[in-house]
Amino acid sequence: MYVAVKGGERAIDNAHRLLADARRGNRDVPELTLDQISEQLALGVDRVMSEGSLYDRELAALAIKQARGDLIEAIFLVRAFRATLPRFGSSEPVDTGAMAVRRRISSTFKDIPGGQILGPTFDYTHRLLDPQLAESGDPAEPATAEASDAPTPRVTDILRQDGLIEESPVAEDDSAVGDLTREPLNFPAGRDLRLQNLARADEGFLLALGYSTQRGYGRNHPFAGEIRFGDVEVFFEAEDAGFAVPLGSVALTECQMVNQFKGSATEAPRFTRGYGLAFGQSERKAMSMALVDRALRAQELGEDVKAPAQDEEFVLSHSDNVQATGFVEHLKLPHYVDFQSELGLLRKLRAEFNQDQPELREAAE
Amino acid sequence: MTTTELAAGFADKVLGAQSTFRAVMEAMARPGRIQRITFEAGTPAPLMHASAALALTLFDHDTPIWLDAAIAADGTAARWLKFHTGAPLTDDPSTAAFALIGDGSALLPLERFALGTPEYPDRSTTLIIQVQALGSGASYRLHGPGIDGEALLQASLQPADLFDRLSFNAALFPRGLDVVLVSGDQVVAIPRTTRLSQGS
Amino acid sequence: MTEATYNFAYLDEQTKRMIRRAILKAIAIPGYQVPFASREMPMPYGWGTGGVQVTASILGPDDTLKVIDQGSDDTTNAISIRKFFAKTAGVATTTSTPDASVIQTRHRIPETPLHEGQVLVYQVPIPEPLRYLEPRETETRRMHALAEYGLMHVKLYEDIAKFGHIATAYAYPVKVAGRYVMDPSPTPKFDNPKMDNCPALQLFGAGREKRIYAIPPYTQVVSLDFEDHPFTRYRQDGCCALCGADDSYLDEIVTDNAGTRMFVCSDTDYCEGRRAEGHTGSETTPMESAHA
Repeated sequence: MYVAVKGGERAIDNAHRLLADARRGNRDVPELTLDQISEQLALGVDRVMSEGSLYDRELAALAIKQARGDLIEAIFLVRAFRATLPRFGSSEPVDTGAMAVRRRISSTFKDIPGGQILGPTFDYTHRLLDPQLAESGDPAEPATAEASDAPTPRVTDILRQDGLIEESPVAEDDSAVGDLTREPLNFPAGRDLRLQNLARADEGFLLALGYSTQRGYGRNHPFAGEIRFGDVEVFFEAEDAGFAVPLGSVALTECQMVNQFKGSATEAPRFTRGYGLAFGQSERKAMSMALVDRALRAQELGEDVKAPAQDEEFVLSHSDNVQATGFVEHLKLPHYVDFQSELGLLRKLRAEFNQDQPELREAAE
Repeated sequence: MTTTELAAGFADKVLGAQSTFRAVMEAMARPGRIQRITFEAGTPAPLMHASAALALTLFDHDTPIWLDAAIAADGTAARWLKFHTGAPLTDDPSTAAFALIGDGSALLPLERFALGTPEYPDRSTTLIIQVQALGSGASYRLHGPGIDGEALLQASLQPADLFDRLSFNAALFPRGLDVVLVSGDQVVAIPRTTRLSQGS
Repeated sequence: MTEATYNFAYLDEQTKRMIRRAILKAIAIPGYQVPFASREMPMPYGWGTGGVQVTASILGPDDTLKVIDQGSDDTTNAISIRKFFAKTAGVATTTSTPDASVIQTRHRIPETPLHEGQVLVYQVPIPEPLRYLEPRETETRRMHALAEYGLMHVKLYEDIAKFGHIATAYAYPVKVAGRYVMDPSPTPKFDNPKMDNCPALQLFGAGREKRIYAIPPYTQVVSLDFEDHPFTRYRQDGCCALCGADDSYLDEIVTDNAGTRMFVCSDTDYCEGRRAEGHTGSETTPMESAHA
C-alpha cells in the first residue's frame, strides 16, 4: 500500500535542530566567541566583509560562527542582512593616499617615498606547520618604533607626474555612482559597476581569472605598482549639513597594477592601470581584482577581446558566489516533474530508435 | 510652508501601498475594468484621491515625475509629492517615469513622453490622467490582452480623442505608453496593448 | 536583528515599490522580461527568490496563499516558503487551489482551472528562452527587440530532423500575445495549454537573473510548433494509483528494488480533492478512502 510522503514540516524543523547541534559540536569544548573569530580568524572576517559588501566585523564574525566556518555561506548571511538595510546615500570617495598605512609594498621601485613597509604578512614565512600553535601560549610582543609622519604617496601618483601612466579617471560630479544592488546590471557596464561587481566577486573566481591572464589568456603584462593596507577615514556629505562629516575609518587593501600599453596611432605608449580594492587585509583578492579589472578594459584600450577574463558579460555574470552557489545547489531541490517529462521523451525516442534500427539493438544487447 | 500644513500620506504606509498596488495591478491586468482605491490617504488639490494614492504607492527617488500645468499650478501638489515620495520633478516629459495629467484637454502630443526603446520597452512613461467620470459618459469597446473578448468602458474624459491618439501604440509596440485613468477613487488602466474595437 | 524588525512580507517598502513598478510594466508588455534590482533574500538564489520577491510585493493581509513545488504543497521548499510568508506577513495559507488568492509555484500549474481574482506566481531559474541557444544577454535582447526568433525555430526544426520530434519536454517555449517568445519556467509541456487564455494573472519572477515578466488574464499563449509537427502534450500513459485520475500529470514512484513502479498525481491537492469525492485508484484501500 502506497501512502504519499507527508510530514516535511517536522522533518525540516528537526533538520534545523540537528544543524544547530552540529554547529555547536562537542559541548565539552568551549564555545567560540565572536571576539575570538574577529581577532584570531581576522582574514576570514575580512573576506566575509568584502564579498558580503558590509563593513561590520562583529556581524561578519557572527555569520562565520553561524555558517560553521563556511565563508560563502557566511557571505550569503551578511548579504541577506544587508539587503534589508535602509540606504542614506553614498560616501565621498575615500582618499587612499592619506591612508594610515600598516603595510605598503611596491615591486616596481626599490625604494619609494615613505618606504616599503612589510607589516603583518605571510610573505617570506616558511610554510611549516607550527606545532607550538597547537598548544596555547602568547607569541612575543611585536617590535615597535615611533610612527613615522613621512607621507606615503601612491606609487602611481609618482609615475603620473612624468606622464608615464594614464590618468586615473575622475568621477563626473553630476553622474550618480552606479549601484548594481539597486539597478540590475546591463551590458556594457560602466567601470564603476564593473569594479563594484569585482569587489563583491568571489575571491577564488577572480584568482583563477587573474591567473589565466598571466598564463597568456589575455596577457596584460602586470607589475604590482603598489599594494597598501591600512585605515582610511570615510566622509559622508549629508544633504542638509552642506559639508562632509567623518563617519569613522575602515581598513582597506588597495592594489594598483601597472600594465604595459603599446600605444596606438593617436596615443603615445604609456602604462595603464588595473585597480583592486577590498575591505580589511585581502591582498590576494585586491591583486586578482586589479588583474581582472585591467583585462576587462581590453576593448576600451583597443586590444583584442579573446580570453575569458576579457569578456565582460562572462566575468560579471558569473563572479558572484552567492548567486553561483544558489544556482548550483538548487539542483538539490526536487526536479521530478521535469525529470518525468524528460523520461517520457527519452523512452519514446529509444523505442523509436529500436524500431528503426533492430540490427543495432541486437548488437547492443 | 511647513510640513505640518501639508496633507497627510497614507494612514498606514505599508498596507495603503499594498492595497493600492493590488487595485492598480488588477486594473492593468484587466484593461477597461474599473477598480476602486479606497485606502485612506491625504489628497492635496488638485490631485484626486486615486492619483494621490498611486503616487504614494509607486513614486520615489528613482522615478522622475512630470506634472502638467493644471497639477503644477499652485505648487501644493508638487510640495506634497516631494515630501511624501521624494520623487524628483522633471520639466522634460521624455525622461518621466510617471506623468500626472490634471487637464486632459491640454495633453501634450504623446510622442513627447518616454516611449521606451526596442531593447527596453519598459523604460516608458506611465500617464496618470484625471478625468471627469468613469462608469458614465461615452462608451468605448476595448479588446486586447487582459480582456475576455471585449470590455465596455464608459468614461467622460478629455481629450475626447484620447483613444484615437493611443492607437499609435499599435504601430509602436512593444514600445508605447501605458495610461491610468483616474476619477475620484476609481481607476481604469489602458496599457499599450489595448485596442479600440472597430465601429465604437 | 530580530525578526520583529522586518517589514510586512519581509521586503522593505522601497524594494516593493521598485518591484511593483516592474510588475505593472510586465503586465503592460506581455511576455517581455523587465529587468529589476533583485535583492538578496534569506533563501538562496535558485530556490525561488524571484517568486518570493514577487509574492512579497503583491501580498496583503486579506490574501490566502498556496505554495507548491512539483505540484505538491508538501515538498520541503514549498513548506519553507509557505512558512516564511506565514511568519513575515501573517497571511492565511491553504493547500486548496480554488481557495487561494495567490499561488506561488515551482515547476507546475495546478490541475484545477484557475479563476479570476487569482494570481499565479512562477519561480523562474532561467527566464531567457533563447539563453541556451545564445548565452549573451546583449544578443538575446537584440533578438527580442527585433522579434528575431529564427534561431529558436531552427533549434526546434533540428530536433525534428534528428529525432522526428521536438525534443523539449519541459520549459517548452511559447509565444505570448503574438509577439514575445517566452520561457514558461521549467513546467512540463503538459501544462503549457493551461497558460493560454487563463482567467488568472500569471507573474514570473527570476531572482538571480533579475527579471520579471507576466501574462495578463485572457491572453493568447501559443506553444511554438510547425504545421506538420504540431505541439502535443505529454502525459504518462496511466491512472493515478490513489485517485484513479486519467487526466492529471503523474509522478512515477519506484516502490521496490525490483523496479516496480506506479503513478500518482503530481498535484497533491487535486488528488486529495478527488479522493474526498470518492474516487479511488488501484492502491486505495477501502479504509483510506473512507478516511479521506
